[in-house]
Amino acid sequence: MGQQIRLEVVTPAGAKVNEDVDIVNAPGFGGDFGVLANHAPFLSTIKIGTLTYENGKKREALMVSGGFCEVSNNKITFLVESAEKGHEIDVDRALKAKERAEKRLAQAAQQIENFNRKRAEVALQRALARLKVANTK
Amino acid sequence: MASLKEVKTKISGVKKTAQITKAMNMVAAAKLRGAQEKMEAFRPYAAKFDEAMSNLSGGANTTGFPLMEVRDEKTVELVVVTSDRGLCGSFNANIIKLALVKMAEYEASGKKVSFVCVGKKGSQALKKTGLVRKSYRDIMSNFQMYNAREIATDVAAEFLSGATDKVEIIYGQFKSVAIQRPEVSAILPVQPKSGASSTEKKFSGDYIYEPSTEEIMDVLQPLYLNVIVYHAMLEVGASEHAARMTAMDNATNACKDMVRNLTIVYNKARQAAVTSELMDIVGGAEALK
Repeated sequence: MGQQIRLEVVTPAGAKVNEDVDIVNAPGFGGDFGVLANHAPFLSTIKIGTLTYENGKKREALMVSGGFCEVSNNKITFLVESAEKGHEIDVDRALKAKERAEKRLAQAAQQIENFNRKRAEVALQRALARLKVANTK
Repeated sequence: MASLKEVKTKISGVKKTAQITKAMNMVAAAKLRGAQEKMEAFRPYAAKFDEAMSNLSGGANTTGFPLMEVRDEKTVELVVVTSDRGLCGSFNANIIKLALVKMAEYEASGKKVSFVCVGKKGSQALKKTGLVRKSYRDIMSNFQMYNAREIATDVAAEFLSGATDKVEIIYGQFKSVAIQRPEVSAILPVQPKSGASSTEKKFSGDYIYEPSTEEIMDVLQPLYLNVIVYHAMLEVGASEHAARMTAMDNATNACKDMVRNLTIVYNKARQAAVTSELMDIVGGAEALK
């Protein structure tokens, strides 16, 4: 067994994950990235998407929404607004949110100002990420 | 003097009120624990966030960020966070009073004021001013980060569109179970953190940034607004229950006092009745002789 890195996922509702893992894959600003043990100090923003980590044979997926992550001293800390494992995701709510956002975007094409449009797009992304993680379970 | 029966009904009524206030006190105590746990859980997140913000904004210039833009203050928006429910002493009244004082202050210096009310009590009280732009009701009992996000995004949109030049948040700060104090803090424009000392900056210089610090700031700032709003809501949540606990404890004590006094009145009335009955009997016996 090789070296491990400490993974911490912190949300406003408390720490979600705090364990040593082999590898972390996260949706970074410029695309997905992986972090192994003893990575150089690193700071990146996190997009809405799926965070996965492996610990031995165990592989876990988390839906994360916007935030950032920091790597230092062989520790990777994620600060995200929400982090949910597949079984914790409220699929109904995510589906409803998806529909709502899609509807808004459809009518947005004509009038809605930029800001609301962006908001709907973000909501749609969140819903899709949730559904994706929920389905992998 | 009140009749025996009247006093008796009054005593039982007051006793029942005492039961209710006692129960409310206990419920508030239980809820306070929950609210405090929520605050505890939030603390590491907020602390980390502050750290990152001060690390990043140490070197960054403030001109490039629309959310940091300091403008001539013509319109000020006050976000007033109160509880949804009453019966918690002067807690909400104090927050509202502070909001009105602030409003008067700003209006005196020729600025236009608008309100965003979070929590029912605030929106009820401030409706009279006719300045409420938006209110969020019935969310204080069980709010999550996304509620705070909704409020923060809305406020930020107003700021970005130029409709407001400055935003402040007014809420009840949770000092301790006994003390809750109304507080004002600034939301927008985002204040550059001055806490970044030179040592910290040296430390952060070792990091690889992806993307650049400026772009990271751009992403972080809206999130930071959410943190501020969420924090204020948490404080109000805990303060509300603490204030209610104290208020209900006082009410229960007042009820007990009332029962004690009424019992004395009752006993006096009873004694008077017995005495007058005795007098009647004695008088009757005397007449028969």
